[in-house]
Amino acid sequence: MKQARYGVDDSPIFVIDPSRCIGCEACVQACEECGTHRGQSLIHLERVDRSVSTQTAPMVCMHCEDPTCANVCPADAIKQTEGGVVQSALKPRCIGCSNCVLACPFGVPKYVAEFDQMMKCDMCTDRTSEGYAPMCASVCPSEALWYGTTEEFHHTRTGSLLDNWLFGRQHVHTKVFTVVDDLAGGPLDALAAPTGSWLDDPFGLETS
Amino acid sequence: MRPGSDSALFGAVLHELIRHDWLDHEFIDAHTVDFDLAAAAVTDMTPAWAAGICGVPAARIEEAAEIWGTAATGMMLHARGIEQQSKGVDNVLAAINLGLATGKFGKPGCGVSTITGQGNGQGGREHGHKCDQLPGNRDITNPEHRAHVAKVWDCDESEIPGKGIPAQEIIEEIHAGTIKGLLSICFNPAVSAPDTNFTSEALDKLEFYAVIDFFLSESGQHADVVLPGSLHEEDEGTSTSGEGRIIKINAAVTPPGEARLDWQILLDIAERLGRGGHFQYENTEEIFEELRLASAGGTADYRGATWDRIEAEHGLFWPIPEVGHPGTPRLYEGGRFFHPDGKARFHGIAWRESAEVIDDDYPVWLTTGRVVSQYLSGTQTRRIKALVDQYPEPLCEMHPRLAEHLGVVDGDLVTVTSRRGDITLPANVVNTIRPDTVFIPYHWPGGKAANQLTNRAVDPISKMPEFKVAAVRIVKAVGHTSTTDVRELDLTEGRA
Repeated sequence: MKQARYGVDDSPIFVIDPSRCIGCEACVQACEECGTHRGQSLIHLERVDRSVSTQTAPMVCMHCEDPTCANVCPADAIKQTEGGVVQSALKPRCIGCSNCVLACPFGVPKYVAEFDQMMKCDMCTDRTSEGYAPMCASVCPSEALWYGTTEEFHHTRTGSLLDNWLFGRQHVHTKVFTVVDDLAGGPLDALAAPTGSWLDDPFGLETS
Repeated sequence: MRPGSDSALFGAVLHELIRHDWLDHEFIDAHTVDFDLAAAAVTDMTPAWAAGICGVPAARIEEAAEIWGTAATGMMLHARGIEQQSKGVDNVLAAINLGLATGKFGKPGCGVSTITGQGNGQGGREHGHKCDQLPGNRDITNPEHRAHVAKVWDCDESEIPGKGIPAQEIIEEIHAGTIKGLLSICFNPAVSAPDTNFTSEALDKLEFYAVIDFFLSESGQHADVVLPGSLHEEDEGTSTSGEGRIIKINAAVTPPGEARLDWQILLDIAERLGRGGHFQYENTEEIFEELRLASAGGTADYRGATWDRIEAEHGLFWPIPEVGHPGTPRLYEGGRFFHPDGKARFHGIAWRESAEVIDDDYPVWLTTGRVVSQYLSGTQTRRIKALVDQYPEPLCEMHPRLAEHLGVVDGDLVTVTSRRGDITLPANVVNTIRPDTVFIPYHWPGGKAANQLTNRAVDPISKMPEFKVAAVRIVKAVGHTSTTDVRELDLTEGRA
């Protein structure tokens, strides 16, 4: 099948909805197999806590407007493109201190020992700058990773697009969107108490 | 739910649908028969009764019934879980009852359907891959069906054999010595059939066994002749999805070395058997052209699905009875079903237990299944490093309560024993499985095969073995292994 190709005026967006993730790691594999990544995946898959949940999450960079990773970098090695894409640490500058790895509220950057450098997702700048979906979004079977226009999203998906988050007192705006039931709840509060569901006691052990 | 209790749940839901009158009477009256039989069978199937069998609170069953019964639209999708049981047909018919009772058929956002277990699992079963069938969902015992296909194949109707026997029965017959020769294509029963010890014994009894496969499978190691075949990435053809969409597959690479396309191997065998005249194909399109004609007039009618249109329209939905027909994306529209009177059948499903239930000697339920990174018997996926790294070996998923009872922590080796065999593997202690049940994925061979434990009991109608329900006992074994993902360490500590 031919790949969709977007023009500048289409303003395509990147959407990550971990609730749709089935943990297949096709995204990780596609990232690794991308011609320009030379066998090194720049994303990873998180098993949130296998002992209590089967939930997995594709850890693709959210591309913060004011990136914490860049702010804490002592070597000023992490740069943002004009389009708002946060890049991997610049090889000549990166000192491998892993400040960014610890500071990122989403847990995205990884220190790659083989190259002594922080490497992370750059939203496939080589592809998206030409109007193509990032490698990961082009293979995701459940559209947990999705690339297209806002109109296409609302035409084919339910939920609302959200791009701001609360981590304690830190308010983070991201270039990449996630999906929530409705926007009335305001920013997605990472530290909020989880809402109760039947999954808290899936087999009725407490209720029976 | 505990394994094997599905039809009890569906019965209780139907009981609730009737009790609350969450029924589509108009649909039931106009488009179905035998609702009374289904209703009579569930008279006593209260949620409280089902709760005792299923091991879930009655209130949740009531809630599920209300959700299904009051929703304007709804789809129920099932996979091998309810089917690979000695009462799999009961389970599926009970599920269909729930769709019919609420009129959830033939309308947008509605349906009760199976998700097939493998690529083209749907297409194969439509055209004679199942050995009681002929192309187009035809019945090999039906004289009219035989006559139609004999005409397309240009042979005498008497030359078409009668009903064959299903896969598991073939293995039983081999073991019994009544089947002495086997030619298999992409079939790895040494891993995928229940009771692997029995299966291996059977394969060794064959007087002649020829295997066509793209890699040397564990079953191939029992063979007299192995013919290197091809992967779907190396061949061209169609695959039909669970939604009845015929999809074109194109070759991306050519088979390496001495490997050949499967259909060309079959043509050569036909030639050697003196029947080459019936197998004159230059390419896969010619084979598909024959299938179009052979399926024409059947329920899975491909006649209008031309090679070009399948590709140009990103797949076509059967039935597509003539060239130019748009195809049928939604079955049963207008409440028209494929029975001669156009009406769907309810079935009265009485409760019965699985072939094997837990007892004092084997007190824990076992269910087997898959992990996302491995495919079927693993002949392909156990050779791909990234997929192996993702889930390197089978783990025994168990609930913390069971683990505590056994004195086991995550990563400890445990020995799981059934009446058929035993397996020693690491425990994966997780809250996501019932305390009375363990799960082991089946993709590995030999001492790592989950099917060492499973039961050969089959459903009386579908003949599907009971992979999903067995009784086991578990003891802690010597040893411990880390179940954490080593790839993280490879990355950040440079161990790669």
